[in-house]
Amino acid sequence: MEFFNSSIFMLDSSIRLTVPLLLACLAGLYSERAGIFDIGLEGKMLAGAFAAATVAALSGSALYGLMAGIGVSIIMSLIHGVASITFRGNQIISGVAINFLAAGLTTLLGQTWFRQGGRTPQLSGDARFTGIELPYAAELADVPIIGGIYSELLSGHNILVYVAFAAVPITYYVLFHTRFGLRLRASGENPKAVDTAGVNVNFMRFKAVIITGVLCGIAGAYLSTAQSAGFGNNMTAGKGFIALAALIFAKWMPIRALFATLLFGFLDALQIRLQGVELPMIGEVPVQLIQALPYVLTVILLAGFIGKAVGPKAGGIPYVKER
Amino acid sequence: MKTKTLSKSLASKVGILAGGIALGAMLAGSALAEPAIIYDLGGKFDKSFNESAYNGATAWAEETGLSFQDIELQTDAQREQALRQFARRGSNPIVVAGFSWATALGKVAAEFPETNFAIIDMVVDAPNVRSVVFNEHEGSFLVGALAAMKSETGKVGFVGGMDIPLIRKFYCGYAQGARAVNPDIELFENYTGTTPAAWNDPITAGELAKAAMARGADVIYAAAGGSGLGVLQAAADEGKFSIGVDANQNYIQPGSVLTSMLKRVDLAVASAFADQTNGEWTSGFQVMGIGNEGVGWSLDEFNADLITDEMKDAVDALSAKIQSGEIVVHDYTTDGTCPVS
Repeated sequence: MEFFNSSIFMLDSSIRLTVPLLLACLAGLYSERAGIFDIGLEGKMLAGAFAAATVAALSGSALYGLMAGIGVSIIMSLIHGVASITFRGNQIISGVAINFLAAGLTTLLGQTWFRQGGRTPQLSGDARFTGIELPYAAELADVPIIGGIYSELLSGHNILVYVAFAAVPITYYVLFHTRFGLRLRASGENPKAVDTAGVNVNFMRFKAVIITGVLCGIAGAYLSTAQSAGFGNNMTAGKGFIALAALIFAKWMPIRALFATLLFGFLDALQIRLQGVELPMIGEVPVQLIQALPYVLTVILLAGFIGKAVGPKAGGIPYVKER
Repeated sequence: MKTKTLSKSLASKVGILAGGIALGAMLAGSALAEPAIIYDLGGKFDKSFNESAYNGATAWAEETGLSFQDIELQTDAQREQALRQFARRGSNPIVVAGFSWATALGKVAAEFPETNFAIIDMVVDAPNVRSVVFNEHEGSFLVGALAAMKSETGKVGFVGGMDIPLIRKFYCGYAQGARAVNPDIELFENYTGTTPAAWNDPITAGELAKAAMARGADVIYAAAGGSGLGVLQAAADEGKFSIGVDANQNYIQPGSVLTSMLKRVDLAVASAFADQTNGEWTSGFQVMGIGNEGVGWSLDEFNADLITDEMKDAVDALSAKIQSGEIVVHDYTTDGTCPVS
């Protein structure tokens, strides 16, 4: 029972750590499926996190914060879109620029406005997304097995966690069962065919990039107003890049993206839980080794187990209409 | 993954370049002979170590009506450059906050023998350097005792910043204090990371605190710089207690922060500034311990309801015993081991 309980707590922690990765991974999925590489996920999340924390701190409302986060993230997306779709610039360079812009601007504005070294004020009360208790969670808590799973694992998360997990089937449905999804995927595989069918490729790509902005904004708001209580310098800490790795790992498929990001979240939770714990047979493992674990496993998994990952054919190539 | 490496190396290059330009611009035209303070990478307003140094400098300036120079670093590469700039412009003394300064200071102090330097948290052996070290193990012992008295589960946690001997010294003192009150108490020891990024990662620190609380800990001591804010938040969210560090952090989560282990960096900075202007400068060792109020624990209106009179009396008694030498708290950094685990 002790083991079961601690497993539940660890899975609970995995879920919390997976959410930003999952949202960013799905964000990248829309963009890359439409043929726009996006290494600016990190920057968009960071900008979204900053905007969300700032507005939440000033207005006292997490919801306004979320809207601001999404809004700013969409603006960053549109910059990327204009540079790489309209002006056919290099998508990688534009993405790098977005990352720099976000890292610099958030610290600069944060320091100018709040004078706390780039941090925003600590949020409390309604300025944060707090946990939602699902019905009967408290009553079921003492039921063996099911109670633990229901009241610890499924209940008690904030709304953005549920939004993130709901986004997976929605993404699957939109991409593979709607006309919009077909056109979006075709823009990334064979844009000429889309054009021939009378659909504006660049407009399609802009729509995809805007969806990317929305999802990155939610991820950012989650980081600063749900998981922690305020924005800190560079708080995304490489999550956007891990999401990109997960996207390749998942071969650009939404359901696989869920499992890939869950794996990364789980490894992160594992390294946190294993610290200072005596393992049977092995004894206490040094902290450094445990912290290297997710990276080592990532390399092994990426190198050995997923086989060849081929992205959308027209990815990274600006579409030029033939005259 | 290629793009990731590219963007990272680019980021660091641009960062160094931009930082260099900013540094030059900020230092241009500064006045002569004013004392200077340079913070560590955590940033001036980290609500902890660096902010405490800043507060000390500000207090000195308010008291004397004089002014001082200060600067925040962007990257490690700026350390020597910043020190030389201040020294060349005649700032005296120059105080550097943080153990990471040792190498840069050792070099620059030799180049400017007429300038006095002070380093906090580290020893640099030079005739013009004052090395201020704190007996953090003594202060941590006291808050460890408080944690053990407050805990109802008999389990208390510790979340450190970067895993280095200095932070293990905090843990070791904390563990000894907790065991002194309750020999059977269970301790959870965690570190946020192994790189300097661990000083500013409240999310990981918060998860570590949640993990310890899930295992039953109900008081968590955060010795993690900016990351500690995540621990304080996590404890407040779960209705448990946390212990702040360096500066008085009781106000951050009123009613949840049990106390803070005070490390009076502000006193060290203010006295370095004052000694120089009063012509009483001394180089060499300066130890800040319980005896000279260099370390201690905080009690104010934000945690008055959490500390009972018995707890206060018990800690005061322990504090007196440490001062008299009746209790000797082991210092982890002397031999790299801790008598309690």
